[in-house]
Amino acid sequence: MKVPAPLIHLLSLAALLLSAAFPGVASAFFGLLVLALAAFSPLSPRGRSLALALLTLAFTLGLVKSGNTLGLIGLVGVLTATITLPVPRAFQVLLGGAILLLAVPMAGFTNTFIFELGIQMGIYAAMALGLNVVVGMAGLLDLGYAAFFAVGAYTWAIFGSEQAKNFLQGNFPLPGEYFYLFMPVAIVTTALTGLLIGLPALRLRGDYLAIVTLGLGEVVRILANNLDHPINITNGPQGITPVVRPPIDWFRALMGSLGVQLDRTTDYQLFFYLLVLLLIGLIVYINVNLANSRFGRAWVAIREDETAARAMGIPLLPTKLLAFMTGAAFSGAMGVVFAAQRTFVSPESFTLLASISILAMVILGGMGSIPGAILGAAAVTILNLDVLKTLSEYLRTAFPTLPSQVDPAKYERLVFGVILVLMMIFRPQGLIPEKRHLAEEEEA
Amino acid sequence: MLEQILSILPQVIFDGFLLGFVYAMVALGYTMVYGVLELINFAHSEIFMIGAVVGVEVFRYLAPAVPNGFLLLLLALVLGGLIAGGTAVLVERFAYRPLRKRGTTNRLVPLVTAIGVSFILQDLVRLIEGLWHNEFFLRMRTVEDLEGSFELFGIFIQTKSVILILVSVVMLWGLTYLVNRTKLGMAIRAVAQDIPTSSLMGIDPDRIISRTFLIGGSLGGVAGVLFALQYTTVTPYVGFLPGIKAFTAAVLGGIGNLPGAMLGGLVLGQLENFFGTYLPLLTNNNFGTEYKDVVAFLILIFILLFRPQGLLGQIVREKV
Repeated sequence: MKVPAPLIHLLSLAALLLSAAFPGVASAFFGLLVLALAAFSPLSPRGRSLALALLTLAFTLGLVKSGNTLGLIGLVGVLTATITLPVPRAFQVLLGGAILLLAVPMAGFTNTFIFELGIQMGIYAAMALGLNVVVGMAGLLDLGYAAFFAVGAYTWAIFGSEQAKNFLQGNFPLPGEYFYLFMPVAIVTTALTGLLIGLPALRLRGDYLAIVTLGLGEVVRILANNLDHPINITNGPQGITPVVRPPIDWFRALMGSLGVQLDRTTDYQLFFYLLVLLLIGLIVYINVNLANSRFGRAWVAIREDETAARAMGIPLLPTKLLAFMTGAAFSGAMGVVFAAQRTFVSPESFTLLASISILAMVILGGMGSIPGAILGAAAVTILNLDVLKTLSEYLRTAFPTLPSQVDPAKYERLVFGVILVLMMIFRPQGLIPEKRHLAEEEEA
Repeated sequence: MLEQILSILPQVIFDGFLLGFVYAMVALGYTMVYGVLELINFAHSEIFMIGAVVGVEVFRYLAPAVPNGFLLLLLALVLGGLIAGGTAVLVERFAYRPLRKRGTTNRLVPLVTAIGVSFILQDLVRLIEGLWHNEFFLRMRTVEDLEGSFELFGIFIQTKSVILILVSVVMLWGLTYLVNRTKLGMAIRAVAQDIPTSSLMGIDPDRIISRTFLIGGSLGGVAGVLFALQYTTVTPYVGFLPGIKAFTAAVLGGIGNLPGAMLGGLVLGQLENFFGTYLPLLTNNNFGTEYKDVVAFLILIFILLFRPQGLLGQIVREKV
């Protein structure tokens, strides 16, 4: 596709003006089209930066003025383009920071649902990054990953609510400040759970490992569902609520000094949004370092050829266990955030479907690829929480005579399934393939 | 307490066999596909579910027209087997074959496809049943001929349970004969050994794989019809648990091994039913029936620790 650079800049400018004059679905759609043009046509790095910056402004303006979540999809798109395409380094940092720290919060103030979306995306992205270590790097097929998330979430939910009174003496719920302490606590408990599950399971290979992790994942869910008797630990299927949140007076004061006035519902959303961003930053940092470390290389070696890896002196079980525990620890920390953000934890969030969804995020994004895992998580979360819901809302108002059985909101899994199948047929390497894989495919 | 346990033991064992035969039939479908393609065909659970739904529909619509219950069941079994088998063939043709043609080496790719297909089939059946009857919680219609029961050595036996066991034994025997004694069976085994070499020997692997899906799928469909008859409630999501259990059974027996899958199914059925019945009794109601799956999975892990290749599987030596 040969589109001259000035034309793309003109179109980006038009998108900006359009979203200023008529914010809403149409202008956001136009913006997405221009974004596709800017991403896929051959542009100079500087030219592309300019177009992306203009589009960021357009999407932000549209979001702030209309609150339409299509703009958020646009921002995720711009972010992906900024990270994956060749643009100047300084610009990457600047625009990425502006989108995450300015554009999204500004949009969130007009429509708090955007914060909710952002937080969910972030939580899933962090978990996808964790599973990426296990499946993507080390090649261990884990179908019970949601179990670790559950262990993390229940760790805080039980002690951050009155639930612990059922089996312990003491003053429960613990005060909100303990939230910060429980993140490392959950990391330890989930890593230990990983060790416990991994020790027997990781002696097995391939499909045996898949079925055993699936089974153990189900065991954790069954325990969560039924440990309300003889001793009430998890409160069974009703789940635990309310879970205490950390006190954030300092955060409110900080924001006030920056000139941001927050009302009672948005302050926590912003707080959790920023917290999740911070955690993802940390996890990405750890992931990048791990990937280039001795362990990362050992994991990839095991993934590519276990026998050869062993012949080279890599101890199989400890190395695999480490991958398992690392992935579990990330998930556990996010579990604590999840419990506090929702103030509610129930076994329903930790089914096999959750494990499979996270696996699908990793594979959709591109196995072993860090930006891929994040994009995969963002795409799946937006699809499930927003696009399908909006579509069904639209259909219901447009065709009131439509029977409720064809309501698309009821067919999330159908759409998800179709996307999975089509992706695997047409782009099995994922949206953003790992560099190593790309190099291999070019060689072949 | 021991007396109480012993007095119902024969009944527990019998019911365990019923469940075990259902698992065994579904497990064979997994095993055949695994043997040929090395793919965990997660969509097989949904093939089973389609069989169950077809069974319910056949009984709903043909019961007034067909007076004989056994004839009706035969019709349901044939239709259920055919439709489920046909669906399995379609799934293979449109979802798995394109992957094979691309030559993707990553084992996760077909696995994710299988999961996707399984979601699609669940919701499609839900959509169809929703539009058709405005419900998707289906109940098997009862037919008088099949509702009889008798007592033998203190075991309460229903006519339909006898039919379930008979049909599944015949199917399992037929499949073993087919795989071991016929030309098609030999071709299937050849493809399972080595696809490129078998195609050099004049076998068309695509056709054989297609037939493997047809056979495995029909077996799953028949199991679904019998499941619906025995356990009476069916939803589009009913395939999930038996599917997982059947796959567990296949792994337990040694995946890719046909007698192993049967043995695994029966063992799992027994274990599940045994603990499902006795756990509340043994633990003074502290742990209820819902823990039977925990016990089943823990035993699975225990067995795999000592026999990683499964009960009847052979250790595959890796070439370096």
